[in-house]
Amino acid sequence: MSLFNQIPQLSKDTLRAGKKAIDASFKDFSREYGDLIELIFEPVKWLLIKSENFLTDTSWIIILVLIASIAWLGSKSIKIVIGSVLTLLLIGYLGMWENTMKTISMTFVAAILAISIGIPIGILMARSNIALRIASPILDVMQTMPSFVYLIPVVMLLGIGKVPGLLAVIIYAIPPIIRLTNLGIRLVNNNVMEAGHAYGASYAQRLTKIQIPLALPTIMAGINQTIMLALSMVVIASMIGVQGLGQPVLQAIQNQFFTLGMMNGFAIVGIAIIFDRVTQAYGKRMQKYQETVDEQ
Amino acid sequence: MSNKEYIQIQNINKIFGPNPESVLDLVADGIGKSELQSKHNHVLALQDINIGIKKNKIQVFMGLSGSGKSTLIRHLNQLIHPTSGNVIIDGEDITSMSDKEITNFRRNKIAMGFQKFALLPHRTVLSNTYFGLEIRGVEKKEREKEALKWIDRVGLNGFENYYPNQLSGGMQQRVGLARALTNDAPILLMDEPFSALDPLIRMDMQDMLVQLEKELNKTIIFITHDLDEALRLGDNIAILRDGKIIQEGDGQEIVLNPENSYISKFVSEVNRGRVIQCKTIMKKEINQELTNEAIVSPDMTIEEAAKIITESGLDIGSVLNNKGKLVGTISVQDIVASIVTPIKYKND
Repeated sequence: MSLFNQIPQLSKDTLRAGKKAIDASFKDFSREYGDLIELIFEPVKWLLIKSENFLTDTSWIIILVLIASIAWLGSKSIKIVIGSVLTLLLIGYLGMWENTMKTISMTFVAAILAISIGIPIGILMARSNIALRIASPILDVMQTMPSFVYLIPVVMLLGIGKVPGLLAVIIYAIPPIIRLTNLGIRLVNNNVMEAGHAYGASYAQRLTKIQIPLALPTIMAGINQTIMLALSMVVIASMIGVQGLGQPVLQAIQNQFFTLGMMNGFAIVGIAIIFDRVTQAYGKRMQKYQETVDEQ
Repeated sequence: MSNKEYIQIQNINKIFGPNPESVLDLVADGIGKSELQSKHNHVLALQDINIGIKKNKIQVFMGLSGSGKSTLIRHLNQLIHPTSGNVIIDGEDITSMSDKEITNFRRNKIAMGFQKFALLPHRTVLSNTYFGLEIRGVEKKEREKEALKWIDRVGLNGFENYYPNQLSGGMQQRVGLARALTNDAPILLMDEPFSALDPLIRMDMQDMLVQLEKELNKTIIFITHDLDEALRLGDNIAILRDGKIIQEGDGQEIVLNPENSYISKFVSEVNRGRVIQCKTIMKKEINQELTNEAIVSPDMTIEEAAKIITESGLDIGSVLNNKGKLVGTISVQDIVASIVTPIKYKND
């Protein structure tokens, strides 16, 4: 066998031994620290359970009114509100209310966490080119690594259940909010920033009075993307025990239940559209100042 | 330099590039701008700028694009730091201030207007106007009161709650002016504030600025590429070319004695009648009866004088100083001659 035909390769034995050694040390690590890490995530677990209990235990009428009012506050559009209510009524009528609530709860908690972690990271990336250089490749990995792959260490560390599921969803959903916060701030017009400097604004003042308000439409687009990704991850997360609309879908795949799969699939699409329209309409309303009045 | 000079710009050099200090000696030895750029990969933006600016006057820096005028004005609030040299304002060297000191200085001593207005698009006219006071931490009621006063003064009454995008360019620049004035800083930097405006609105704004300067006693540093504008506004004018000041003086000096062919080319386009004053061309020997119908003052431009003299039906006007004493005579012929006199310049 010449070098021309065969790419240089580690011997199979070395490779196997290497993999085994890494696996073993990671197993040791999770045995050693698994409990500690679970303890760290205790507050998150508490939040997940509280939010899920609230959504599933409260009367459906109250939840419907609540979601309708949030939709109204966000979009100020009666069309979007009616659409949301009808979608949810249909979901309930077809017997998917409880699973939908579980999915909404998971998406909600994941999105809140992703946004509150992602925005500060995005701000840091916009401020420092070093942070940008460090974060960019990590974000690339997060966005392209098949989600099944990082489910493995998450499950090894935390077992199956809500918290590992949440972690997987956040890893999957956080890159857009980080990237778009950074982008939005970097796109703020230089002239305006110069005016901030000229009037003696401090870094915090420039950030809160100029950069964030002007980047807000872009940041809103990031929030929208993060919510959408979180929602689309629930099916995959159902493989590690996350309850909700993902589980019946998984069951349908395994048993070839066409109708069950379709129904739950469309329920996910339905709530995705509600989330999307409401956040987009909200983002658009924040850009009101960009409209010009007609010449009189 | 005399103590009366409120702002002193001393030996400012500004070089842009990877290592500006390393080529400073070459610049001191007189290396040319193009050689520095091609051989050493540095851009010479300003070269040995020295000028004193008097308090409560309008100092104009005039030059074409690339002359370094915008770079120079940014040295006065340290948006740009010089490679070498000092800027001394009211006895303090602002080039050696710490970040905190310079922030304080910008908040209280100096305000700025911009060519592209640089208003905050997400804020209304009102909250754009009090931006400087907000940065300074002035209470909301107080800053709104102050802002409304200046919005009114620049003629934008009733537009407080509009967004900048809803206003025309001229109105936006009025907001920029109101923002600068609301800060109540003694120094006002104006970086080509009127060049994006159409000619009629530009004239309005120029008149407003001159009026304000008289009322408010502010030191105004004004940048323009338009000699007419420089002559209308400037108590003192400095002309920049390739990062150097090539002539400095009041409007009449520049129009009557352009330093070189470059300046005389600009000057030839100027309406000299609006720049030259009676005292410059009047005949001092008085051999004539005082004619009461055509009286002009020494500081009047010859264009105005010509109007008064011709309207009175005479050929010659009497120049009376502010005490009513006859100091000279001026004929329509002299006026016409000085308007059309071919321009002579000192050098080259």
